[in-house]
Amino acid sequence: MRSNFVFQEIWVGLRRNLTMTVALVVVVAISLSLLGTGLLFVKQVDSTRTYWQSKVEISVYLCYADSANPNCHGAVTTAQTTSLESRLKSMPQVQNVTYVSQTQAWALYKQAFTNDQSYVSTLKETDMPPSLEVKLVNPGADYNIVASAVTGAQGVDSVIDEMNILDKFYRLLDGLRNAVVIVALILVVAAILLVANTIRLSAFNRRRETGIMRLVGASNFYIQLPFLLEGVIAGLLGWVLAAALLIGVKSLLLNNLQQYFNYNVGLTMTDLVEVIVMAMVVGVALCGVTSFLTLRRYLRV
Amino acid sequence: MTINKGEFVFLVGPSGSGKSSFLRLILREERPNDGRILVAGNDLARLTNWKVPAMRRKIGCVFQDFRLLPNKTVEQNVAFALEVIGKPRRFIKRVVPEVLDLVGLDGKHDRMPDELSGGEQQRVAMARAFVNRPMILLADEPTGNIDPATSIGIMKVLDRINRTGTTVVMATHDAAIVDSMRKRVIELEYGKVVRDQNRGVYGQAY
Repeated sequence: MRSNFVFQEIWVGLRRNLTMTVALVVVVAISLSLLGTGLLFVKQVDSTRTYWQSKVEISVYLCYADSANPNCHGAVTTAQTTSLESRLKSMPQVQNVTYVSQTQAWALYKQAFTNDQSYVSTLKETDMPPSLEVKLVNPGADYNIVASAVTGAQGVDSVIDEMNILDKFYRLLDGLRNAVVIVALILVVAAILLVANTIRLSAFNRRRETGIMRLVGASNFYIQLPFLLEGVIAGLLGWVLAAALLIGVKSLLLNNLQQYFNYNVGLTMTDLVEVIVMAMVVGVALCGVTSFLTLRRYLRV
Repeated sequence: MTINKGEFVFLVGPSGSGKSSFLRLILREERPNDGRILVAGNDLARLTNWKVPAMRRKIGCVFQDFRLLPNKTVEQNVAFALEVIGKPRRFIKRVVPEVLDLVGLDGKHDRMPDELSGGEQQRVAMARAFVNRPMILLADEPTGNIDPATSIGIMKVLDRINRTGTTVVMATHDAAIVDSMRKRVIELEYGKVVRDQNRGVYGQAY
């Protein structure tokens, strides 16, 4: 009975301010989506980063038949490979060394580019250099020491710092994430202001009713509740839209990233649900608290 | 100064003498600078903010500008007062027609306020004020916007309400009504009580 009355009031309130309510819902939706997208980015990057942490840091590419490097005089010999390998293994900075033959390299290459045959068709097995994949004890710290130990040595074509390449990649992603989060925060501020304005307008529109309610002795809670719920409901509607958008972001954008990696970097359903739940909590808290504070200022009780 | 249960009191005085403020103090819309106000035994100064609504339910209010909700029918306007304090619908359905009958508006329950005359609108306001059977009815110049002939009808309703045991305090400029009803008259001037007379007349106050 009483809840009936409250819902009626909420409905009337939302309808009277329809344009403002719609604006509010849209802004909340966009800001929550952006916040959620930023979070999804963070999770995605972390997911790929964790994989790479366990992988190679330095690749020592060995001379092969068609090497362009003047240091190389034909393909690397087994003796040279063994001596390089033991030299590396003896260094305290090196955790382990793995030898990748030409055949193995070709197989890995084909697997990495299964989705893009153009990369595979232009090359053949003999174009793949054999390599020594080195894992360091302290990633990133001792690159120079280890690299200089083998650069220019017999049979070494080039020494590549894998971490450096990835570093640039991750810095780009981080930059993107920061940009998204900053825009999201700006929108969150806009959302707060919009909620405050909408509630204030709503309270003003209904001042006749609230005036009578006060005179007649309705409890303060009863008077404020419809307005509070208006704000929260608009926030929830915005959140539903945001959740849909986030699901879209995950399935369309992020799942497409998978094709560039030959291992699983996809975010799990748990990750997505986590982000969506967080978005809801933020959305509802934002709208609820702002509504409450606005009411205290503009609704005389 | 004491107003006892069941009394009918006219509050007279020139504009600005404090008649409306008097009523607002009773409702706790304003706080006094000093002195004590006791309404139905409650000391208003000691009343916490969240207890005020409960006290206001014992008081009904009628105003010069009627203060009806323009988008609701007569019936809905009166029912509103009960809905907002959480009365069940069955109770409302029973009580509203009764009170509309009491003020003489039976048959007009589904009209909108703009379809009613001033006198009828004021009767709706009185029905709304009285529907919860308050102990006290405060009226702030209820006949201010109404012609003298219709005012008599309004006063009859107020009298009827008073006879049910409700204390009525009415601020007014209407000398004719005060003189004809001969109830207790309290006269205010510049915020001070200058006359308190049983079966009084309007006197010189303009």
